[in-house]
Amino acid sequence: MDLRIEAGEFLAVLGPSGCGKSTLLRMIARLSVTDGGRIVTEPEQFQTAFVFQDAHLLPWRTTLDNAALPLELMGLGRDERYAKARAALAQVGLAEAEVRYPAQLSGGMRMRVSLARALVTEPRLLLMDEPFAALDEITRFNLEVQLRDLWQRRGMTVIFVTHSISEAAFLANRAVVMTRRKGGIKLDRRMDLPVERTNDLRSDPRLGHEMKVLMGAMEEE
Amino acid sequence: MKKSWPPLIPFVAITLALEWMVRSGAVPSYLVPAPSAVLRALLDSRDELAAAMAKTSAAALVGFALSTITGVAIAVLLSSSRGIQRAFYPYAVFFQTVPIIAIAPLLVIWFGYGMKTVIASAFIVSIFPVIANTLTGLLSTDPALRDLFRLYGASATVTLVKLRFPAALPQILTGLRVASGLAVIGAIVGEFIGGQGLGSVVDVARTQQRVDKVFAAVLLASLLGLALFGLINLISALTLRRWHASEQGS
Repeated sequence: MDLRIEAGEFLAVLGPSGCGKSTLLRMIARLSVTDGGRIVTEPEQFQTAFVFQDAHLLPWRTTLDNAALPLELMGLGRDERYAKARAALAQVGLAEAEVRYPAQLSGGMRMRVSLARALVTEPRLLLMDEPFAALDEITRFNLEVQLRDLWQRRGMTVIFVTHSISEAAFLANRAVVMTRRKGGIKLDRRMDLPVERTNDLRSDPRLGHEMKVLMGAMEEE
Repeated sequence: MKKSWPPLIPFVAITLALEWMVRSGAVPSYLVPAPSAVLRALLDSRDELAAAMAKTSAAALVGFALSTITGVAIAVLLSSSRGIQRAFYPYAVFFQTVPIIAIAPLLVIWFGYGMKTVIASAFIVSIFPVIANTLTGLLSTDPALRDLFRLYGASATVTLVKLRFPAALPQILTGLRVASGLAVIGAIVGEFIGGQGLGSVVDVARTQQRVDKVFAAVLLASLLGLALFGLINLISALTLRRWHASEQGS
């Protein structure tokens, strides 16, 4: 597999189950080691964040303490990490929920806390492993718009693994379809879509066209 | 209040039935005493029983506290590496299968008659569920959360304190619930041989054919077990109520 990802890109990774999408993400995060190949980053060290398939919050911590967790682990002082966590929660629209516990939140809210936890370190690279797969469609649509908006304002790189063709086409600037055989790339395509993505785009024929192209590549696999 | 009365119904019914059976002569009173006779024994020997209860409670509590601290510490150690776990866990299991009644005489040889032997017996009987449950809890940490901690450079100690231990708390409390009842049993067995407390009262009353007094002492021992169990439930409710499914939904 040979893949070059530019800084500031929003890349969607598609592919059949078991093709190694998640493994690729874990290797980029240095949570798994590569066997043989190499992953080179420029610069070598920078802040990375990871958003998992489910929210994976600490149930004994409030929303605020969950969002502040990465900064706590990195050794930041209390005032500073709370200020940053509050800012991150405000960005995902959860400012009022900071004293609530995960059990008191809806699935969509939990995922937003998870997103705030990822954003709190102001990462240059955000890795997402099917983060919205377990949510209902309306919640998912709104979160997608929100994520796209955050990406635009933050100027970070996003690598987004998903099973959903519509999600990949709607979110990404560039989509990659992996082959069933591990490590191959079937299709590497730039989405010919406007930069601003709102829910109106969902019924736009241009999105339909991109989805058709992606689906064609997926079906051949 | 609403939750506490249903269990009282069978208690009252059985007590009344037993009283009637003994009074009518259906069950001879030298085998099973009438509840009223047990109550009388409780009142007649209240000073002796209260003193015995105090000793048994102290021994069970100390033994239970020791097995909590030691058990959790051993589980943390076992969970730190697969190698250590493989090497030592079988011994923890083996330790549990040794019948306490068989080694109680040994305890007397080692610790002499009295408190120390009784505490040791309560400790030995109650430590295993603490180790087993804590270990299971520590080993079943959400892998995604472990990855998250790694991503932000958390050390093994920080991960233990901030993630693995709190995540294991529900299982640890389950272990403590089992251990609390066992600690009382262990204390009574220790007292049969170590000679004090409710265990000794039971032993002496038995030789005197005082079935009523045996029952009175057994009743107190059960109440002690229930009180310890209730204490753990209270701690569990206070620590888990905000976040764990087992303490929610009512």
